[in-house]
Amino acid sequence: MKLAIVQFKPRKGDLEANLATLGDVFAQLAAEEKPYDLIVLPEAALTGYFLEGAVYELAFASEALAQRLAGLWRERSANPVDLSLGFFENDAGTYHNSAMYLQVAPKHEKIVHIHRKMFLPTYGVFDEERFLSRGRRLQAFDTRFGRMALLICEDMWHALMPTIAAIKGARALIVPSASPGRGIEGREGVLDSVRYWHELLHATAVEHGVFIFYAGLVGFEGGKGMTGSSRIVDPRGEVLAEAPTLGACIIRAEVDFGEVDLARASLPLLGDLAAVLPDLLLDDEVLPMTRAVEIFAEPL
Amino acid sequence: MIPVIEARLSAPSLDVDCALTAEWLESFLRDELVERRGVGNAVVGLSGGVDSAVTAFLCARALGPEHLWTIRMPYRTSSPASLADAQLVIDALGCNARTIDVSGAVDGYLVHEPDADPRRRGNIMARTRMLVLFDQSAKLEALPIGTGNKTERLLGYFTWHADDSPPINPLGDLFKSEVWALARYLDVPKAIVDKAPSADLEANQTDEVDLGIAYAQADKILSLMLLGYDDARIAARGFTPAEVRLVRRRVEGTHWKRHLPTTAMLSNTAINEFYLRPVDY
Repeated sequence: MKLAIVQFKPRKGDLEANLATLGDVFAQLAAEEKPYDLIVLPEAALTGYFLEGAVYELAFASEALAQRLAGLWRERSANPVDLSLGFFENDAGTYHNSAMYLQVAPKHEKIVHIHRKMFLPTYGVFDEERFLSRGRRLQAFDTRFGRMALLICEDMWHALMPTIAAIKGARALIVPSASPGRGIEGREGVLDSVRYWHELLHATAVEHGVFIFYAGLVGFEGGKGMTGSSRIVDPRGEVLAEAPTLGACIIRAEVDFGEVDLARASLPLLGDLAAVLPDLLLDDEVLPMTRAVEIFAEPL
Repeated sequence: MIPVIEARLSAPSLDVDCALTAEWLESFLRDELVERRGVGNAVVGLSGGVDSAVTAFLCARALGPEHLWTIRMPYRTSSPASLADAQLVIDALGCNARTIDVSGAVDGYLVHEPDADPRRRGNIMARTRMLVLFDQSAKLEALPIGTGNKTERLLGYFTWHADDSPPINPLGDLFKSEVWALARYLDVPKAIVDKAPSADLEANQTDEVDLGIAYAQADKILSLMLLGYDDARIAARGFTPAEVRLVRRRVEGTHWKRHLPTTAMLSNTAINEFYLRPVDY
């Protein structure tokens, strides 16, 4: 599978300008001799991240966005492609921070999956839940290349999320993100917040034997600089390609999903977890929480 | 006996990766000025102190010295050494420079208020300088760049709607000791980095005498306070209760200075209460 992660730098709130820039990126990608299979963009890619009340003016119905994106691609390429990106979603008046996995064929497009961010950071500099509603489900989904899951930014910071995605069969995690940089102590020569992402992605890839496609937004938004640092991490935790913290760019990779099987064969932690997980969930201190979920919420 | 390894108490670090920080702030300046606002020029008021020197160095690196206008704005009682130190910055950067004496403007008002105390006079000087910087920016198709650091912002050691008024500020989230580290990295002239910081609004004034505490101490106390440590926990990390109380009192008495004016709310669409749009939208 030929993969591009586009480290995108939007103009705040300017959808048309950002779609035009994305069209230019598509043209650049479509010009390569070997066609791309999957193109991944960051969280809030077409609008910028910190929107406050303007989110209601800039949210898309998913079908409308799918049509715009598919049209934008088809104007530049006759090849099929899969696209994944983060966007603000208007679901009939309920607003979400969402990510889409879209399959574009020459004559039609299909939304393969929409993930709605479940962990909406609402502390410190973040204020998502003031404006947006939480997603309620984490699902893995089948693609032409293998089973994947989408986790948006803070979703990834909760170890249970990639764990459940992997248990549900995901072999690759697509992680669109918009991460405002902070912490200038600079161990390893990167911002502390970037270093934390590195540790998180590495540990998660190794624990579950999954690919991680991390796409970071870039650009300053009212003094808050998004840290890019897009990267492709293989199921052994090796970084196959990484983008710098600042500046728009594309990272490109040939990804072999067979690596997942090889990594899991040599470090079968996911298999171990699948065997032990029922014991953990049936623990008499955990079970009441599990039962509460069964009674009060949609089934997991 | 086997050896015992003692853990240190948790405390935030004030270490700075200066190369990383300078690159970040240069990128911030280019994004905010050129990309977002389409303005390629910066105006910085040069006091002769380290904050405005670092700001000027960053602007010169981000935009090129030919796009930086530094303005010295002495009052008749200002220290001549401040002018000379500011000249070191101008010489080091090769940027545009101008000196505009604000004595006439300041005294033009003070002639009506001859009994104004030093604090009022200082505020009038600071606000007059800001008037100059904004007007020079309009003339030069530039934006004024703020120079306030995190320590003085937290301690309220600035004139409201003067030093804090430029639309873009690269240093506002750096403690004074972090600004000094950055100054050394940027090769800001040593005379500026090594001298005692002063607002130079009154003769022989220094910040640390005004504040009653050294910046090195204040920065560490502030960094702990901002993380939620209470006074006892801060004192346990090597500070006297009096120092901790002094810093806390200054921070807690000046929250208003870090906000826009208080507006009476009367509707469901009050600006910045209900009607919320980001600054860059």
